[in-house]
Amino acid sequence: MSESDIPSAYVREKRSPAPSREELRARIPGWGVDLDPADRPSNPKLLHAPDTGARWDFPERQPEHRPRERSIEHAFVTPVFGTAQPLKGASGAIRRLAYARFSEGRLAHWMLLVVGDRVDAVEHHLRSFATLRPDVPATGVRTELTHGGLASRRGRVDARHHVLDPLVVGGPWLVAAGAAVVGVRRLVRAARR
Amino acid sequence: MRAMVYRGPYKIRVEEKDVPAIEHPNDAIIRVTLAAICGSDLHLYHGLMPDTRVGHTFGHEFIGVVHEVGPSVQNLQVGDRVMVPFNIYCGSCWFCARGLYSNCHNVNANATAVGGIYGYSHTTGGYDGGQAEYVRVPFADVGPAKIPDWMSDEDAVLLTDATSTGYFGAQLGDIAEGDTVVVFGAGPVGLVAAQSSWLMGAGRVIVVDHLDYRLEKAREFAHAETLNFAEYDDVVVELKKQTDFLGADVAIECVGAEADGNLLQHVAGAKLKMQGGSPVALNWAIDGVRKGATISVMGAYGPIPNAVKFGDALNKGLTLRMNQAPVKRQWPRLFEHIRNGYLKPSDMVTHRFPLEEIPEAYHVFSSKLDGCIKPLIVPSAA
Ligand SMILES: NC(=O)c1ccc[n+]([C@@H]2O[C@H](COP(=O)([O-])OP(=O)(O)OC[C@H]3O[C@@H](n4cnc5c(N)ncnc54)[C@H](O)[C@@H]3O)[C@@H](O)[C@H]2O)c1
Ligand SMILES: [Zn+2]
Ligand SMILES: [Zn+2]
Repeated sequence: MSESDIPSAYVREKRSPAPSREELRARIPGWGVDLDPADRPSNPKLLHAPDTGARWDFPERQPEHRPRERSIEHAFVTPVFGTAQPLKGASGAIRRLAYARFSEGRLAHWMLLVVGDRVDAVEHHLRSFATLRPDVPATGVRTELTHGGLASRRGRVDARHHVLDPLVVGGPWLVAAGAAVVGVRRLVRAARR
Repeated sequence: MRAMVYRGPYKIRVEEKDVPAIEHPNDAIIRVTLAAICGSDLHLYHGLMPDTRVGHTFGHEFIGVVHEVGPSVQNLQVGDRVMVPFNIYCGSCWFCARGLYSNCHNVNANATAVGGIYGYSHTTGGYDGGQAEYVRVPFADVGPAKIPDWMSDEDAVLLTDATSTGYFGAQLGDIAEGDTVVVFGAGPVGLVAAQSSWLMGAGRVIVVDHLDYRLEKAREFAHAETLNFAEYDDVVVELKKQTDFLGADVAIECVGAEADGNLLQHVAGAKLKMQGGSPVALNWAIDGVRKGATISVMGAYGPIPNAVKFGDALNKGLTLRMNQAPVKRQWPRLFEHIRNGYLKPSDMVTHRFPLEEIPEAYHVFSSKLDGCIKPLIVPSAA
């Protein structure tokens, strides 16, 4: 390797300087219009926002019709909060514990919430089987046929674990169905005895 | 009203729900005319975000018409066409006062580590989102803006998240004139980040993904060079080769928790949910940039710890910058750029689905079928 072949990383300046301003402007519409870092909308970082539209220093409080869970890193329930899907059932109890006992800094907080999510889903799946709209392992899958499922995946890295997807999605359902069948059989057998 | 509803991982459906009510004097109720599915919705859809409750309505990218306003609302009137930033924020707390609208402290009772977001689980406040006919919009005097007459609905809806986020991502990269910028992910956020890098003076822009149809878009729409990581045994080495062994000056990570390209990380993170998402692209960014570089992270991760190569970041003297985008702060400049034709968000739209077919839309976007880049959702009442 002669000296002029030594890559940029090992010498003082980049061997191939960036194209000129004129060249870039000709090729890319708008090149450099936001060149000045001081004149970009997110600078400075702690800008005192001029007028956000807020006419209050602390907003009026939204009425709390039922006690609401909150992070214990908060001094109180925030003045405005979401009221969608209030805590309910076994999943609600798990989530309530996660909020009441552990800060966001504790892994236990998040793991309990994850467990709460899975319990919530199971509670609803079971209930859905008694309705006209039972849950299915995954929705929207008919697009695999209508929107080129196989053709779209050619040459992609996810083709490697594509076979895993039905297992990840359907596996727990198969296990649950299996367990249900075994359970029902045992009950039937016990009843016959 | 009709609304998208979560039923558990990989399962959503459309249900009848009550039209939301005014719950605070500064609330508004918006009738949604156009919504979108964001890459972030996929984290919820795959069950990666803790405290995603069955029955939750997703959707944080939407525009609509004001249907009702609370008694203290002054800036909006019934009938106004409005665009709503994905952030819910009060405009007056310590964080909002300093322009950190995505980090508001007054709207998310469930967590202090993240602000408020529409339809984004209870971890971001427990607000139902805009993939529905109607949505409750808190602090109506602060977040929403009237859509300028000259702006198309598609550009407006894409400004409520993807476009503002991509542009913000380029800003956090602290791009200097002539810099080589590598963008991971050629989704809507990555495509806008690549375009915006030029506006900030980049000398070279390289976009990395494994979806050829998206890389093609990156070449044509964002004038970028592209690198398909499926074609290389080791992307990091390839990036070094392509940058004369320096590494890029700036990386913008626009992939997040579902990152692919490392079987173990992907399966452990995205499929088995053993970490807060798979940090493959983030680790490639850390290893693929030069020493002293800046990495801007727009890709979203869950609150559970991730296997990130922090030692390399330290030893290389990297600056890591990241946030949820404070959307409205970007708007005045982005309006100009769209008017001048420097940015054309609507060019990214590939699909439109009626709200009733939203389960199909999620599957197509999540599995990247049919050349999908950005799917829009049209509510029936629109
Ligand atoms: N910070 C914010 O405010 C904010 C706002 C919006 C979106 N986001 C996040 O930005 C990310 C991108 O959003 P989007 O809508 O463009 O999503 P998207 O799913 O359309 O795009 C992600 C792209 O990354 C590609 N990819 C996967 N693994 C990769 C790897 N290892 N290297 C390079 N590319 C890889 C995928 O093929 C896909 O094209 C998501 O994580 C989303 O949550 C953040
Ligand atoms: Zn988003
Ligand atoms: Zn605030």
